[in-house]
Amino acid sequence: MSEKIYVFKVFERFWHWSQAGLIITLLLTGFEVHGSYSLFGFEDAVNTHTLAAWTLVGLWVFAIFWHFTTGEWKQYIPTLVKVDAMFKYYLTGIFTHAPHPFKATRLKKHNPLQRLAYLGVMLFIGPLIWFTGWFYIFYDKWTEWGWDQYLSLEWVAFFHTVAAFLMLIFLIAHVYLTTAGHTVTSHIKAMITGWEEVE
Amino acid sequence: MLVKRLQYLALMLGIVLAVPVVQASSDPAAEMKPAAAVPAPAKEIRSTADHGKFKELQKDFKSGPEVTQACLTCHTEAAKQIMKTKHWTWEFLNPESKQRLGKKNVINNFCTAVPSNYEFCTACHVGYGWKDSSFDFNKQENVDCLVCHDTTKTYRKLPGMAGHPPYQDTEFPPKSGKIVPAVNLKDVAQNIGKTSRATCGACHFNGGGGDAVKHGDLDSSLKDPKKYLDVHMAKDGLNFTCGTCHETDGHNIPGSRYTPIAKPKDANPHIRGKNDSDPVTCQSCHGNKPHPQALSRLNSHTDKLACQTCHIPEYARGGKPTKTLWDWSTAGKLDKDGKPFKTKDSGGHDAYDSRKGDFKYEANVIPEYIWFNGKVNYTLRETKLDPNQVIKVNSFEGSADDGKSKIWPVKVFHGKQPYDIGNNQLVVFHTYGKDDSALWSNFNWDKAIDYGMKEIGAEYSGKYAFVSTEMSWPITHMVAPKKDALACAQCHAPQTGVGRLDKVPGIYMPGRRANEWLNTAGWGLALLTLLGVLGHGGLRIYLARKGDQK
Ligand code: HEM
Repeated sequence: MSEKIYVFKVFERFWHWSQAGLIITLLLTGFEVHGSYSLFGFEDAVNTHTLAAWTLVGLWVFAIFWHFTTGEWKQYIPTLVKVDAMFKYYLTGIFTHAPHPFKATRLKKHNPLQRLAYLGVMLFIGPLIWFTGWFYIFYDKWTEWGWDQYLSLEWVAFFHTVAAFLMLIFLIAHVYLTTAGHTVTSHIKAMITGWEEVE
Repeated sequence: MLVKRLQYLALMLGIVLAVPVVQASSDPAAEMKPAAAVPAPAKEIRSTADHGKFKELQKDFKSGPEVTQACLTCHTEAAKQIMKTKHWTWEFLNPESKQRLGKKNVINNFCTAVPSNYEFCTACHVGYGWKDSSFDFNKQENVDCLVCHDTTKTYRKLPGMAGHPPYQDTEFPPKSGKIVPAVNLKDVAQNIGKTSRATCGACHFNGGGGDAVKHGDLDSSLKDPKKYLDVHMAKDGLNFTCGTCHETDGHNIPGSRYTPIAKPKDANPHIRGKNDSDPVTCQSCHGNKPHPQALSRLNSHTDKLACQTCHIPEYARGGKPTKTLWDWSTAGKLDKDGKPFKTKDSGGHDAYDSRKGDFKYEANVIPEYIWFNGKVNYTLRETKLDPNQVIKVNSFEGSADDGKSKIWPVKVFHGKQPYDIGNNQLVVFHTYGKDDSALWSNFNWDKAIDYGMKEIGAEYSGKYAFVSTEMSWPITHMVAPKKDALACAQCHAPQTGVGRLDKVPGIYMPGRRANEWLNTAGWGLALLTLLGVLGHGGLRIYLARKGDQK
């Protein structure tokens, strides 16, 4: 029999879904700005991207604040314990209905692989996208601020795009792995209602 | 005093004459306004001087120089000022490259060269009588004041008259049956005023031998332009004249095609008169951050782009096509009666003229875009050339990283013209004249070139051929209203040939696509991830089904 526990608080759920919406928007508009396709038109893509970027920045500042004041940041402390078990589960166990090696609790919401992945997103992809994005946004101030001698738009855009590709790859894997919980929809339901079904 | 009396007399006479008219009228409405028949009040003069009242100008002038002498009695320094300018000397020494330029020296790929054709070309000289190389540049009365200061629109100088207007009724073009009336010098002189779009345009709209031919951004449509054509000059808008931007100081007119200002100083926007070193740039009024805060992203473009690049989306927009090609090599074909002929293109413009060769005209042309730092180098007559290449009659210097360049729109004009195959140099040839060496009389290139080269005292091997040439003209006039400026995506486009700046090197431009290998790697990895999760998911579904069946 399965039981339910309350894992995601209102703020976390709000943070998650608005971030998801913003990141998808940023991906769609960003790659249009990049020249990969044309969807909204370059001008609207730029404006939407800029707006969504600032909103995301605002959201993150808020989220960081929340994580530290609530102590929830501990959720992301990396651990290697059971990482091998997680890998094994995704590679074999999941196909044979073996029990999920990780049981979410209020204090441990993420499985060890999730912890690593999210930490990577937050410590690597995120900062890369932020810093390059900011340099990009303030391009017109470079000369005034004397930065133009150190920066080249081409490289700033290059790293921003690298980070964007990584974000896209993360997104694909992440969306798929939401179906790899106790049941196919248990993770998604948890992020919507806050209640996760566990064994 | 006398003038006042005369005016009074005229007024009385007018009323007296008007009375019978009014009486004869049976229309009561007419009776209400007898003043209608009074002579129109004299034209309002904004200047503090009415040249119509100067006794020096109450004369039946016989010639242009006579008028000039009258002008100089009051404007004592005017001729001396003019004599220092390119408008007079047709000569310019580029201080940096030391190239001796100016219409007198340069060979272009339109009408090519002035020497040996003075009488014809000097219809656009601000002087009288430059018919050959013996012209006296120090004679003050040879300065033509009227051509710039006429307000009557009746003063016209005709090619072939060495800068004089017609003093008698003259058939022009010769044998055309059209008569250009003799100029009324007294009327023109008495109605003198500031320069206007029409006076500057009389020459500058007709560069290259006809309306709209040369520049592409200067043609007669600017005489009275609508707003869509030129936001500054539109009569229902700001109604600028040429002189509003080309703010003249002692008859010296700023703005130069020999030493253009490619990257104007970042001036703060200010009004005219404030110690301007380059009044003729956009920046001198608009500054370098001209867009409002809401569009501040556009201001980040101003260090790389000339204003003209976005704000003059096309040239020759006024309904007058501009010439884009002139091939002299085909000149001289005659019809079956041995007569020169012309053919027209579908737009009614000359496609072929026996005197000049083949032409191409285009309207609403998208400019080419180049890095330009203001330095222009000319292929002069002395310059040795490589006839296997397209000769750049002038070439614009510039690059993405010299710190002095901006991206500019230019008209590139293509030509084919004769050169000396013995010396590998461009030649001067004699196009116009009443003698039998002129190309337009005899259609004999040998004689025409021989004559032209003798005229300038240059060595000529006696053998010529035609070489392909190219000339660039910066586009700077015909500034469109802001709603017609280029939109972002017209440049920020993947490099498929539609982006305006596709061919401009040395810049990273979002949307243009660079680093294709990054795209390949990025999309490739994303695709692999997608395939991975699909495979994983597929396997899960498959195995789950199989499990169910058991
Ligand atoms: C998930 C987040 C994000 C993704 C996936 C993303 C993606 C992209 C991509 C692919 C480009 C095109 C780069 C090029 O080809 O030159 C781009 C452009 C840009 N990005 Fe982002 N980006 C994200 C977040 C941000 C953030 C947080 C900022 C600012 C703090 C930002 C600012 C910009 C700017 C300024 C541009 C240049 C286009 C413009 O002028 O608006 N981006 N982005």
